[in-house]
Amino acid sequence: MTRRNPDPGRRRSTFDRALLIQAARGSFRRLDPRKLMRSPVMLITEGGAFLTSVLTVVGAVQGKTASFGLQVSLWLWFTVLFANFAEALAEAQGSARAASLRRSRKDLAARQRLADGRIETVSAVTLRKGDVVLVADGETIPSDGEIVAGTALVDESAITGESAPVVREAGGDRSGVTGGSRVLSGQLTVRITADPGETFLDHMIAMVESARRQMTPNEVALQILLVGLTVLFLVVVLCIPAMAHYMGVATTVPVLVSLLVCLMPTTIGGLLPAIGIAGMDRLVQRNVIALSGRAVEAAGDVDTVVLDKTGTITLGNRMATEFLPAPGVPREELVDAALLSSLPDETPEGRSIVLLCKSELGIKGRDIRAPEQAVFVPFSAMTRMSGVDVGLRRVRKGAIDAMEALVRGLGGYFPEAVKADVESIARGGDTPMVVAENARVLGVVRLKDVLKQGIKSRLAELRQMGIRSVMITGDNPLTAASIAAEAGLDDFIAEAKPDAKLGLVRKYQGDGHLVAMIGDGTNDAPALAQADVAVAMNAGTQAAREAANMIDLDSNPTKLLDIVEVGKEILITRGALTTFSVANDMAKYFAIVPAIFAAAYPELGVLNIMRLSTPESAILAAVVFNALIIPALIPLALRGVRLRARSASAILRWNLLVYGAGGLLLPFVGIKLLDMLLAALHLV
Amino acid sequence: MTKAVLSTIELLVLLLPAAALLAVYMARVFRGERTFLSRALRPIEKLIYRLCRIDEGGEMSAKSYGLCVVAFTLVGCLALFLIQMLQGILPLNPQGLRGVRWDTAINTAISFGTNTNWQAYAGETTMSVLTQMLGLAVQNFLSAAVGMAVAIAMVRGFTRRESATIGSFWVDLVRSVVYVLLPLALVLSVVLVSQGVVQTLRAPVEVRTIEGATQVIPMGPVASQEAIKELGTNGGGYYNANSAHPFENPSGLSNLLENLALLLVPTALVLTFGSLVGNRRQGRALLAAMLVLFALGLGLSFWAELSGSPRLSEAGVASGENLEGKEMRIGIPASVLWAQSTTATSTGAVNSSHDSALPLSGLAQLFNMGIGEVVLGGAGVGLVGMLFYVVLAMFIAGLMIGRTPEFLGKKLGAREMVMAVVGILLPPVLLLGGSAIALVVPAGLAGLGNPSAHGLSEILYAYTSAAANNGSAMAGLSVDTPFYNLTLGLVMLIGRFATLLPGLAIGAAVARKKTVPSSIATFPTTGPLFVVVLVGVILLVGALTYFPAFSLGPILEHLLLQAGGAA
Repeated sequence: MTRRNPDPGRRRSTFDRALLIQAARGSFRRLDPRKLMRSPVMLITEGGAFLTSVLTVVGAVQGKTASFGLQVSLWLWFTVLFANFAEALAEAQGSARAASLRRSRKDLAARQRLADGRIETVSAVTLRKGDVVLVADGETIPSDGEIVAGTALVDESAITGESAPVVREAGGDRSGVTGGSRVLSGQLTVRITADPGETFLDHMIAMVESARRQMTPNEVALQILLVGLTVLFLVVVLCIPAMAHYMGVATTVPVLVSLLVCLMPTTIGGLLPAIGIAGMDRLVQRNVIALSGRAVEAAGDVDTVVLDKTGTITLGNRMATEFLPAPGVPREELVDAALLSSLPDETPEGRSIVLLCKSELGIKGRDIRAPEQAVFVPFSAMTRMSGVDVGLRRVRKGAIDAMEALVRGLGGYFPEAVKADVESIARGGDTPMVVAENARVLGVVRLKDVLKQGIKSRLAELRQMGIRSVMITGDNPLTAASIAAEAGLDDFIAEAKPDAKLGLVRKYQGDGHLVAMIGDGTNDAPALAQADVAVAMNAGTQAAREAANMIDLDSNPTKLLDIVEVGKEILITRGALTTFSVANDMAKYFAIVPAIFAAAYPELGVLNIMRLSTPESAILAAVVFNALIIPALIPLALRGVRLRARSASAILRWNLLVYGAGGLLLPFVGIKLLDMLLAALHLV
Repeated sequence: MTKAVLSTIELLVLLLPAAALLAVYMARVFRGERTFLSRALRPIEKLIYRLCRIDEGGEMSAKSYGLCVVAFTLVGCLALFLIQMLQGILPLNPQGLRGVRWDTAINTAISFGTNTNWQAYAGETTMSVLTQMLGLAVQNFLSAAVGMAVAIAMVRGFTRRESATIGSFWVDLVRSVVYVLLPLALVLSVVLVSQGVVQTLRAPVEVRTIEGATQVIPMGPVASQEAIKELGTNGGGYYNANSAHPFENPSGLSNLLENLALLLVPTALVLTFGSLVGNRRQGRALLAAMLVLFALGLGLSFWAELSGSPRLSEAGVASGENLEGKEMRIGIPASVLWAQSTTATSTGAVNSSHDSALPLSGLAQLFNMGIGEVVLGGAGVGLVGMLFYVVLAMFIAGLMIGRTPEFLGKKLGAREMVMAVVGILLPPVLLLGGSAIALVVPAGLAGLGNPSAHGLSEILYAYTSAAANNGSAMAGLSVDTPFYNLTLGLVMLIGRFATLLPGLAIGAAVARKKTVPSSIATFPTTGPLFVVVLVGVILLVGALTYFPAFSLGPILEHLLLQAGGAA
């Protein structure tokens, strides 16, 4: 399966022509009352539109003027259609993205190894969980899976947009591969881990298809409020004929239906599904696939994030940063020996030593090769050192205790000054690596845990949002403290055993915190499953990805910030549009109530503060405004109200001003303008 | 106007410190800690527990708590109904009154059992001394205590973590009565007696008036009932004229004290809430929101009453100020202040005729009741109702800052929302529906004494008062008919439980949850912005609910009055 992002990082235009047509068709299909059941507000609106239409037709047959009733009916139908359109458009955008992902997977072939060992070429879409495929140089990995054998350099740029290739190998925490990525060099045997229909892609499609989408708890609570308001306004409007009758005023059904539809929260009711769908879609644009809408919204509440050190905070390998020669040893000799011992060493530490040596020696780019006769002695758990033999020169580098034993064994002595250097490096939280040639200690190389680029500023942003970051690491407390201080973490747990992660998540949850966990390894899986928001790196193991409720395709741990942002934006958009929708009602009352009663009681004309021309134009203007505000707000619903990095009070104050006060005032202006337009066009 | 401002300040200056003291005391009482009255009251409390076999450390789920509330209320109503029906053959009936008519008895039983104290009858000529003392006064204590107990249980929910229970109804009830209502009522009764409120079991006095006519003046244990009538936000007067009657409210001091008394417990409970949740500023913020709403209504009433009626000015009968329906001893400022206090709290005791108040005062009163008595409100239930609005306001505010809504560290989800919506919207739905029915059926229209907009206001007022469990009335409507007795009785009953039960449900729902520690991303709920949001939500919900009804009632009446039409 390929998860190819059509245009990573760029936002798709809200109004794509083909999508608009598709959405327009969809909005008519959704007029089916059974489909509208999910949105009670819109169901009642449709009922009102139907009732008004029937009465208008019956009235017209009986010879009554139908112009007003007709226009009201028409705009009521538009109200429903506009709301349907919003949802259909959001869904169309999501499924367009999904469809383009699906397309790219269709024509992919895979070499499957059958149970009897035969190799057969099959289509990627037929692959099932447990199937084993072979992928060689230059081939594309057909589906999500886990490497069972082999090591390869993999280009994941198709999925993540990151051009640097990554190493993927069997075993360990980097065994996950994603369908659609390409093997640059090496040979892999991959066990497929997703059935067709159960892949992330399918989850993603489910998240953007409203019919299958599950409402989040916040959405359910909001829906309850909307239903409550709808019932209230239903009763309010139903009571008006009784009061009007007592006061000697006649009321008509189209007018009452108009009032009801205007009062009901049609704006938010119509846009609610679109907001949720569009939110999920925005996450996909940021290369995050959420498997649960609930988790996305919970991300907005997270106040603690537990990060695994390796691979999330640091690059995961130590880098040489300094040479400290032993007394009486020329610096060049140490550098030269370190270089010699590291040239054939393909470990990240080895390569970093080579890099440092090159910069020390002023060599740029020139290819240095190890001497022909050099014999590389790789690192082993037994010797705990590595090195190179060139003739009689035996250069070794390794941890202090192993090196000390080696040197002493060869009859050399271990200088106290070097020991002091080693201790001071360790105290600083770094790793010392002793270099010796035969029995002579040359000095120490300082290996430093290097932070991922930008991690510090992202952690600072998290803190501004009120999220504490806690690092969990197997390192000793000194190393951990030094990294924590450098990265600006709020807390750290050192010398943690693998199962400590789960305990830590539980502990924070027990204190009432909402915990996000970011991990990639198999030993992270239990903690991920326990966390409220669990983000697994796409490069992580299958276990981790299955335990998580979000997958980050970029394998970038600071993606949590984006998730938090989208989660908050979804909630803010809902809150803002609800406030706007309800605040709108005041103006509609001022338009419609005097229109109903001012004929019989001219004194109530003072309530017509907008000075609308006629009762009919007033009611129609309110209905038209109520209908048009839905499409007018579709872009906002799909894009989301932007989150500003400010205090909760400041955000609230601003949103109240814009959507509360704005929602109160805007319709006065809008209805007045529409009334003038209707009067000018002689529509009423 | 100066006098109006000064009387308001006087009231607040006396009320707030007294409420603060009572709040501290009540917080100790409901936490079960020792107070300065424990030496005297603890043995009584223990005795009650022993006699009633109440387990002092017992805990109840919201369901059992709610069942106790419902059962206790209904049994109280039934007892009161029986006493009324049988009063003719029961002792302490010096006037020889007969049993109360069945529909009036049902209405009154519900009315006093639900802390409404709507009175379809004239007290002095309908109820025997025994009914007044053993029936009505007892319910005055108990119904107020039920409201307080529920409020405490709900608040307790916010203080608990992952708990399935919210305390014991019986313990909360007993403590409310023994430690709070009884001592306060005792002191106030004695003070009122000193002011000339009657307190006797003697038969009515027959006197010869200056004009030479004979007048029968009913007497009774008025002071004792008067005290709890105000303190328990009940409002059912011994006399039909209620607190405008000189035997209930003889002096300026008694008027001030009674007005203070009816505000005291609701005000203090809001502050107690702050203490109990460990955040006194939270209590003060809620109180501030209530006082803002109080000031808005009071300002409107003062403005209306002091500007007066153009019709009266034309007739030359007044200086323009609306003295119609006011007790001259009490005057406009004290009458307006009282009317605002009595409708803001769910007391419903009156010292002037609300029927004669100007339309805009009527609007303020209707609004106070219509939003569900949350401006201070009834003993306990006011706080409960206000917390419904807090849930609603924090839901909107929470969404708008991009967090799952929370209050006091408790996440607000679907369950809290359902309950808050029911608590806020069911009473208005009931009262609008009830009014609409009364406005079209002959039985409803038959009771009207005034036509047009004022008639609509009267009917609306009756159902609003019933749904909000207030009990005050625009007396122009004749409500002692089976139609009104039964429909209003039903509205009172549903209105009461629509507040109490959702309150308990919210308390239980939040008790079950974890408490989320606050962070810098949490919206502070003790600041001015919180107050603004809360007040805004209440005003908006109220305005959206009542715009059409108020337009045709008080607003139209006001406009007609200004235009010189039929008022």
